[in-house]
Parts: sequence; C-alpha cells; structure tokens
Amino acid sequence: MKEQVIIKAENLSVGYGDYVLLHDADYEVNKGDVFIIMGGSGCGKSSMLRVLTGLLPPLKGSVDIDGVNIVTASAEKMQQIREKSGILYQSGALFSSMTLAENIMLPLQQYSDYSPQTMRELASLKLALVGLKGFDDFYPSEISGGMKKRAGLARALALDPDIVYFDEPSAGLDPVSSHNLDELILEINRSLGTTIVVVTHELSSIFTIGNNSIFLDAETKTILARGNPKELLKNPPNEKVYEFLTRGEKK
Amino acid sequence: MHSNQSNNPVEVLTDGTALKVLLQGDIVGYSSDDVLKKINNISSEIKKVVFVPDDLQNWDSSLILLVYNTVRIGKAKNVDVQINKLPKNLQELVNMAFAVDRKPEKGGKTMLSFLERIGRKIIGEFNIIGDVIGYIGEVFVGLLRFLSFRSIMRRVDFYAALEDCGPKALAIVSLISFLVGLILAFVGAVQLQTFGAQIYVASLVTIGMCRIMGAIMVGIIMAGRTGSAYAATIGTMQVNEELDALQTMGLSRVDFLVLPRLLAMILAMPILTMLADIMGMIGGAFIGVFLMNLPYQEYWKYAFNAFTLNNFLVGVFHGFCFGFIIALCGCYSGLTCGRNADSVGAATTRSVVNAIVLMIVVTGIITVICQEIGI
Repeated sequence: MKEQVIIKAENLSVGYGDYVLLHDADYEVNKGDVFIIMGGSGCGKSSMLRVLTGLLPPLKGSVDIDGVNIVTASAEKMQQIREKSGILYQSGALFSSMTLAENIMLPLQQYSDYSPQTMRELASLKLALVGLKGFDDFYPSEISGGMKKRAGLARALALDPDIVYFDEPSAGLDPVSSHNLDELILEINRSLGTTIVVVTHELSSIFTIGNNSIFLDAETKTILARGNPKELLKNPPNEKVYEFLTRGEKK
Repeated sequence: MHSNQSNNPVEVLTDGTALKVLLQGDIVGYSSDDVLKKINNISSEIKKVVFVPDDLQNWDSSLILLVYNTVRIGKAKNVDVQINKLPKNLQELVNMAFAVDRKPEKGGKTMLSFLERIGRKIIGEFNIIGDVIGYIGEVFVGLLRFLSFRSIMRRVDFYAALEDCGPKALAIVSLISFLVGLILAFVGAVQLQTFGAQIYVASLVTIGMCRIMGAIMVGIIMAGRTGSAYAATIGTMQVNEELDALQTMGLSRVDFLVLPRLLAMILAMPILTMLADIMGMIGGAFIGVFLMNLPYQEYWKYAFNAFTLNNFLVGVFHGFCFGFIIALCGCYSGLTCGRNADSVGAATTRSVVNAIVLMIVVTGIITVICQEIGI
C-alpha cells in the first residue's frame, strides 16, 4: 500500500535575508512517521522547523502540508493547518501567567465549542496522558524543566493534532527524563497515529524514536543523507554522516 | 630553579640551515613577541625550525601560542617546523588548534557601497513605518473585536494589568505630583512675591497642574514604570518562544497581550491624572500656607476660582491619550524584541523613549488644537 505523504518540501531554501542556511532541499514525510531533522550545530535544523510551522517564510521553494502549500496559503487555510499541528518548543514556551490547565485550555477556547467544564476535564486528561496528573493548578514556575516540556507537550496535543513538531526535546534534560520523553513521543505516535517531526542532535533519541530522517550539513548547505537513522548507521552514505551517527568515529 | 636555566626561558639559535628554539625552565605568562619577530625575519637559508625543550618544566598557554604562531609562520614561509620533541600533550594541543581550518562565513556582512547603505537604511525605515502602521491597524481591529464581544482577551489578564497600572501606581504618582506642585508653587512664589501677588500662586499651581503638568508627570512616571514593564514582559516572552507558541496556535497577539494592557492603561491614566491634579494642588497649598503664610481658606478660594472644567478636561484628555501611547509603545517594543537578553534591555529603553517623545508631540498637537478652538 502506498504511504500517504503529509509533508512535502520542494526546492526549499532556508535562511535569513542574504544568508542561506540550506538550499534546494527536497524531502517527504509520510503520515505516521517519526521524522528526524538532524545535523550539527548551525546547519539550520531549527530554522527548518520554523519554516515548517509557518513562523519563517522560506527564501525559495514550497512546503505542502496535507496538500496545502503553506508558503502561499491564505490566512484561513493557514489557520486550519495550525489547528491540526502542535509544537513543543525547547523551553516548553508555557505562558507563565497561567496555570498548566489554563495553558492547555487556551487552544481549546480558541478552536472548540466545548463547555468550560469539558475543557477543564480535557486539560486534566492531557496532563494525565503526559504523566502530570494532578498538576492542573500549578504554574510553570513551580515545576521542573522536564515537567515543563511534558506540559508543553500536553498543550501541543490539546487539539488532537495530525502532526506534532518537537524542537530539541531532550535539550536540558537528564538522561532519565530524556528517555521518558522519547518513550512518550513513541507512545503518542503509536497510539494516536500522530506524525512526529523532531529536530534533534541527540543520538540516543534519534535511534530510539526515528524511522525516517534527513541529515543537514552546514558546510555544503544541503541534505547529505535521508532515510531510517538505523539504516544510515549500517550503510552511511558518506564520512560526515558516519561521524555524526557514531559520535565522531572515523570510518 | 634548574642550574642551567638562563634569565630568558626561550632562546633562538641559528645552527646552519636550522633555527633552534631552546625552551628551558618555566614558561608561564611568557610574552613571545620578540622571539616571533626573530622567527618571522629568518633568512631564506633557514630550512627548518626545531623546538628543543631543554629541561622544560612548567608551561601554560603562552608556550602553546608561541609554538602555534611559529607553525603558522613556518607554513606561510614554507619552512619545516619540528615540534616532535615537545611534550606529547603540548603537541596535541597545537594540533587541535590546527584541526579545523574553516573560516566562518560572514553571514552576508559584506562591505556595501555608500549608496547601497543609504538605500538599505531608507528601505529599513520604510519597513518600520509599514510595521507600525500594520500594528496600529491590528490593534484597531482588535478593539473592534473587543467591542463586538468577539475578542479572546482574558479578563484575568485585564484585571492584573489594571491592578498594576492603577492601585499599585497610586503611591508613586501621588508623591511625584505632590512634589511637582510644591516645586511649581515655590518657583512661582519667588517671582510673584516681587509684585506682592503671591496669592496668585494658588491659581498658577491649579491651572498648571490641571491643564498639563499633572498629565505629563503621570505620563512620564507610567512610561518609565509600566510601559517599560510591558516591553520587558513581552520581550521576555519572545525570548522564551511564547510569542511563537501564540502564533503557531493561531491566537491573536493583540487580543492576548496588547488589549488587556491597553484597556487597563486608558482606563487608569485619566484617573491617575485627576489624582495628580489634586496632589499637585495640595503640594502648592503646602508651600503657600506654610512657607508664604497665605491664609489657608484664601489659598483654596483662589485655587477653586482658577479651576475650570475646560482645563480639567483637557488634562484628563491628555491622560487618556498618553495611556494609549504608553501601552502601544510598550507592547510594540516587546513584540518586536529580538531573541536575546540584550534585546529585552533595548526594547525597554525604546519603549520609554518612544513614549515620551510621542507624548510631547501629542501635547503639542492638542495644545494647538485647543488654541484654535478656543479652549
């Protein structure tokens, strides 16, 4: 059976002003993939994520999400795409003046017609799903970094999105929290069928959760490799990819 | 210290076609300028430079720098530099420094011609003007949404903003206004006394405070106190990616961040202006009654005679306009803030400066209009 493409980037150039980070990138993400955008520091991973989420216009090329080109999409279409996407930022990006439940209820208030009571219950459910049962009335300043990421994930999942984007989910987490977050990402992918796009350079995460990937290179400003990270490790297409995936070993 | 150690721990000797760099004793905090000058000026007959550690003991980065620079000079002059007799760890450190030989890109920061620089500056300024107009339009649409009950503004945010720019600002506004009334009275009294017209200090303070000074003082206090806080809070949200989160959730930044602050400010500012007027008059009375020995009742009689509804309303209207300006400047500076700590500081400064400049401009415009319509 042919897999359904949910994200398609064509001739995509990413950068700021005159400065190009990546040029003419082409790649596809299938529905249900855990897609990893990896590469060394400064290769444009996070900028690529900003392009995919509509925060940064590309210098050139197109990005189709669920058949809609987000570069040229109308505000209305873009709104529909956003309703179907969730994002977990590096810091969690929770609103500090709101409790965790209020943070999660925010997208629900904007996009759903649920009663306040149902919204509150849904917020509690999402928090329970990410292992934060009972933390509804806590403020972001009252919980740890790992918990903030989980709460951020609960907010990203509020509207049952088709795609969830993660920006460096393991950054700043201890190994156990990082592992638990990876497990959570896999669980969401398996149980909800959500497509996951992760920007990371954490090898343990890459091999644990990724089933598809692209490797960005800062020097050539291109995609140097694509495919399942485990397969890339077995058959590295070039020295740079091998070095990256083996933490600096020479072939 | 070792017996054969001379005063100079680094000596350069010529040995046929080789240049020997003798290292001895401690090389710590060593300045290698003279040695490097010698190495740089070697004759073309010298084919190699050899580092000889003769009882080298302690060393630090200054020795690494000497060896590193020598190797660089050697590469440039095509002279073989031998470092294999140096301690292993020192060799490794020098090799590490040469391991990555890739010059960083300048990120498009090439030298531009004079005309190009001017052109870019003008385009940049036009872009800012466009952004500001877009922002004002966005706020206007947000206000319409609010008036038609379609805004997603959270009431709790509005109450928090109102508390911050209302009750919490009362003390500072009262104190400063009292002092301004006091100064105004004192300065006026000195002049009026020479004509024996000191009683008119009551009129001076009343008209001055009610017409403009009350509003201006409140405006300056609130721009520094609350407008800057708006810029810092929203700027920090930018740094923490909270604004990105808002945008990607499709939530209006105006409804969520600007409206509560704007509405609170335009509600609080006229009231604070009235308070400032009263406190300024009390400050004036303090000088008039206690310093100039004017009769208490006489002072207030003149003060009330000088009080006109027009002056009072013009002052309150100033306060209302300043509320708009302070909130808009504070929020705009925060929303356009960069993504690092320095940018938050810059945004805060910008919000205060822009607000004060705009308040002065608006005061001028209102004054001319009032003059024209005879208020």
